[in-house]
Amino acid sequence: MIEAPDLSLAALAPLLFIFGAACVGVLVEAFWPRDTRHPVQVSVALVGTVGALVCTLLLAGSREITAGGALAVDGAGLFLQATIAGLGALSLLLFAERSLDPARSAFVTSAAVPAGSPRDRELLTSTRVQTEVYPLASFAIGGMMLFTAANDLLIMFVALEVLSLPLYLISGMARRRRLLSQEAAVKYFLLGAFASAFFLYGLALVYGATGSVRFSDIRSASLADGTDILLVLGLALLVVGLLFKASVAPFHTWTPDVYQGAPTPVTAFMAACTKVAAFGAILRLLYVAFGTAEWTWRPLVYGVAIVSMIVGAVLGLTQTDLKRMLAYSSIAHAGFLLTGVIGLGAGGEGSGLAATMFYLLAYGLTTLGAFAVLTLIRVGDGEATHLSQWAGLASRSPLVAAVMALFLLALAGIPLTAGFTGKFAVFRAAIEEGAWPLALVALLASAVAAFFYLRVIVLMYFSSPAADGPTVGVPGLPTTIVLAITATATVALGIVPGSVLDVAEQAAIFVG
Amino acid sequence: MSETLPADGLLGLSWLLIALPLAGAAVLLLGGRRTDRWGHLLGTATVVAAFVLAVACTFQLAGLEERSAEVELFTFISTGELDVRAGLLYDPLSAVFVLLITGVGSLIHIYSIGYMAHDPARRRFFAYLNLFVAAMLLLVLGNSFVALYVGWEGVGLASYLLIAFWYTRPAAATAAKKAFIMNRVGDVGLALAIFVMFAQLGTTSYAGVFGAVGTLAGGTVTALGLLLLLGACGKSGQFPLQAWLPDAMEGPTPVSALIHAATMVTAGVYLIARCAPIYDETPTARAAVLAVGAVTLLIGAIAGCAYDDIKKVLAYSTVSQIGYMFLAVGLGPAGYVAGLAHLLAHGFFKAGLFLGAGSVMHAMNDSVDMRRFGGLWNKLPITFATFGLGYLALIGFPFLSGYFTKDAIIEAALDRGDVWGWVLGGVAVLGAGLTAFYMTRLMLMTFFGRARWEDGVHPHEAPSVMTAPMIVLAVGSVGAGFLLVSAFPLSGWLEPVFGEPEEAAHVVAPLTVGLVVTAVMALGVLAAWLFVGRREVPVTAPVRVSPVTRAARHALYADAVNESLFMRPGQWLTRALVFVDNRGVDGAVNGLAATLGGSSSRLGRAQTGFVRTYALGMLGGAVLVAGALLAVTAG
Repeated sequence: MIEAPDLSLAALAPLLFIFGAACVGVLVEAFWPRDTRHPVQVSVALVGTVGALVCTLLLAGSREITAGGALAVDGAGLFLQATIAGLGALSLLLFAERSLDPARSAFVTSAAVPAGSPRDRELLTSTRVQTEVYPLASFAIGGMMLFTAANDLLIMFVALEVLSLPLYLISGMARRRRLLSQEAAVKYFLLGAFASAFFLYGLALVYGATGSVRFSDIRSASLADGTDILLVLGLALLVVGLLFKASVAPFHTWTPDVYQGAPTPVTAFMAACTKVAAFGAILRLLYVAFGTAEWTWRPLVYGVAIVSMIVGAVLGLTQTDLKRMLAYSSIAHAGFLLTGVIGLGAGGEGSGLAATMFYLLAYGLTTLGAFAVLTLIRVGDGEATHLSQWAGLASRSPLVAAVMALFLLALAGIPLTAGFTGKFAVFRAAIEEGAWPLALVALLASAVAAFFYLRVIVLMYFSSPAADGPTVGVPGLPTTIVLAITATATVALGIVPGSVLDVAEQAAIFVG
Repeated sequence: MSETLPADGLLGLSWLLIALPLAGAAVLLLGGRRTDRWGHLLGTATVVAAFVLAVACTFQLAGLEERSAEVELFTFISTGELDVRAGLLYDPLSAVFVLLITGVGSLIHIYSIGYMAHDPARRRFFAYLNLFVAAMLLLVLGNSFVALYVGWEGVGLASYLLIAFWYTRPAAATAAKKAFIMNRVGDVGLALAIFVMFAQLGTTSYAGVFGAVGTLAGGTVTALGLLLLLGACGKSGQFPLQAWLPDAMEGPTPVSALIHAATMVTAGVYLIARCAPIYDETPTARAAVLAVGAVTLLIGAIAGCAYDDIKKVLAYSTVSQIGYMFLAVGLGPAGYVAGLAHLLAHGFFKAGLFLGAGSVMHAMNDSVDMRRFGGLWNKLPITFATFGLGYLALIGFPFLSGYFTKDAIIEAALDRGDVWGWVLGGVAVLGAGLTAFYMTRLMLMTFFGRARWEDGVHPHEAPSVMTAPMIVLAVGSVGAGFLLVSAFPLSGWLEPVFGEPEEAAHVVAPLTVGLVVTAVMALGVLAAWLFVGRREVPVTAPVRVSPVTRAARHALYADAVNESLFMRPGQWLTRALVFVDNRGVDGAVNGLAATLGGSSSRLGRAQTGFVRTYALGMLGGAVLVAGALLAVTAG
């Protein structure tokens, strides 16, 4: 006889909400008339994400392990889920923007039509909108939220696939430069599959070593014999799989190509939400399952953090495409985030968890805003992402230039912006745990990275605009909302971060 | 320090002393032209009101058993271990300063109504003057070093604004800048002293610091004493930071009288007297105070002998007299009261002398060149009488103010009993002779002899709004010394602060000292008459003069020393730093940038765009990760 596992529906409400919305989205796609489908899909997806956000906020403070031990509901998980749901809702607003592209959407009308075929040319000018992206993105958001709550390796793997597969698809759906977009999708899929294989193999090895996929069992097994070769190898392969998703060097190679090729709203979504989800999983795996074996993996994370910061900062210097530049920025930021992971300290006692969570929120908001600005600057039919096209932007559109400058300063970690507070928090956490050499490298890398952010500002403000420069699109309501929220939050988290830091501090607890 | 009690009654209102002039300044500065018509009256009224309140407060204080009261105002800074509360301390020491500041301040405000009557910026002048009074009162009333520092910087600001009051004159602007920069040098010392206090004691309140100063290491206390002395030297125009004070005479004359003679420049003396518990612990720093006082006393007196600018002579006289005060407070318990008595007496007669000089300038079309004065005694009878009384008080004519207070200092120096006592006493007596010389020279050149006026000058007595304060100050000059030393001894009043005055065993009988000093003073007067009074004063200064005179005319080359010791090395250092920055730092930065850019392009070649390369990279990374973990586990 099979016993039904205990399910705490209340604790699962955020996940149920977003996955429910995704399923409704699939039904809408099948049955709703095409003419009015777009607003309905947008509404369903927004209801799903905002509802999930509200649920996580209502659940604040609860701690339990449910679904037969497969899911953990705790402060850290809820904070990260709320972050993902909020950033996801903002990303969906960017998806829904219809007034910037002349064809009324950033997504291709029919992704199945071969690029460059007569039918494709025909559809290029059509204003028909593709609405499948909304349920796909909803599934991805659901997967991400599940990822941070998973309390066993199998659930974590399922969540990894649920979040990845829709992302592979929507990366290839750009309306402009379709071949580049499809190439990005294929690369992402191949390398993602490769990384998933690492994760799965690691899962198998850990199961072989401990006889369980449950984090608590792995924890007690590693306590008993932390030097088991199978267990250590399994941990290594699991970590590789997760570092890939977090775009940490040396597993970052996909990032610039995919960020550049994917439609910009999707890039924004990946940069903000995937990062949060991947780090949520990394933190949970390392501190819940392998928290007692931390002296095995600390040197590894230490080294990977340094490599990632240096690769991101140094390679970012010579980029001429803004989307690629922001991709390398994302790699460098992954390294900074790992300093926060180091700052977690023995048994998760340190302030690193709260600092990392705050950093994820701050970075997510800022990078989302930066990509949102990228969608505004257009040349011909597409976006102007080459650096030279941004010369003298400030004289043409002072407001847009000022907002972009704000986001770039925040990414560089200049005081009075969210980026500074986040960096300060993670570096301090690392130093408190005695990892000051790491913090020193991080500071140097920040200084190097500041160069390429500031170069854009210099270009915008101190160069004369080109004669045939790009046009600055007038954003519709969705993008305006996104820009207003992200810019306000970037400033607010820089000037009065106290309350949010307190919330992160209180939430910084893992169960299990 | 005696116990302090929370203030009640009028003393609880002592914050009004600061608030009144501050409000006056705010109204005048923010009110704009609407306040032009009555602004000067408001400015004067606030200071007079503060004086009345100060008198009442002091009477109440005299009735208190402990004669000390603290007023807690609010918490100024409270972060972690630093907890600075803003509060006021009304004790006998601050009381005498408050009375001096508001009393002399009131007279000078009244005088300024006449002096500045025709200046288009009169309102701004009164606003700055009120601002000064407020800051100066905060300086002497604060109950912590931080409050003192706020007032200290406030008076510095007011002084800067008032020296540059006629900022369209290049000389005034330069003088203000010089004063500001030289004061900064001193202020760094004061700031560092406060940092040391906080680092070592965790508090900056007077009670906390003085209570715990005995627990500090000897070196720390000496460092504190020397840093505070540096601050005091800057504000009080003492060697080696004396050069700004004579230049500060570019400001309007009432400013010279109030700020650069009677009150602000004595803040250094206040600081050292207030910090008596610190200096009690450190003979080294106390010796430094003595040395500074003695050296400055002579420098000021010598330079005063050579200048032809009436205000500069008075300014060097101020430098020299403050040197006396430093000498006195450097003597320790024996000298504090003598120094403060001289400070108060000096406040009267020097303010009176400056106001008299202002009256002379008023009569002579704002000329300050004494070589173009002469024979004014019957044209300006009131000015002559009041100025003459101030002059007699300053040179120490028997039974006038200076006689009592200066003799007390000389006696205290001699009472040390050692060889240094004789040296310091000798310097002080020599200074008295020089003072008599340069002041007699000034009197002779200004009021006596043949009239050497420029064409079109018609001397006339000042209006009564100007002469009345001069008369009051002249009366003070005459009586202050007797009152402070004999009738109502200051030593008794200040007993709660400095302890009971001990009856020193005199090395030389006071009567002998008095006779010797009077004799030396008479010699100085005689010498001045021989060199200046007997002969015709040339209208232009003679060029062929002795090296001594030439050195004195250049204020013993203080500016040259400053330039060669600080300004030029500073310029060289700046140039060297610019060179290092251009070649070294920029080179390093550019080189680093080139290196990073180069490695960026080289690393970038790994980003081929081929999935197979990427996958290989990931595999390599995975192998490294697994290998590293295994190595850590095995090791």
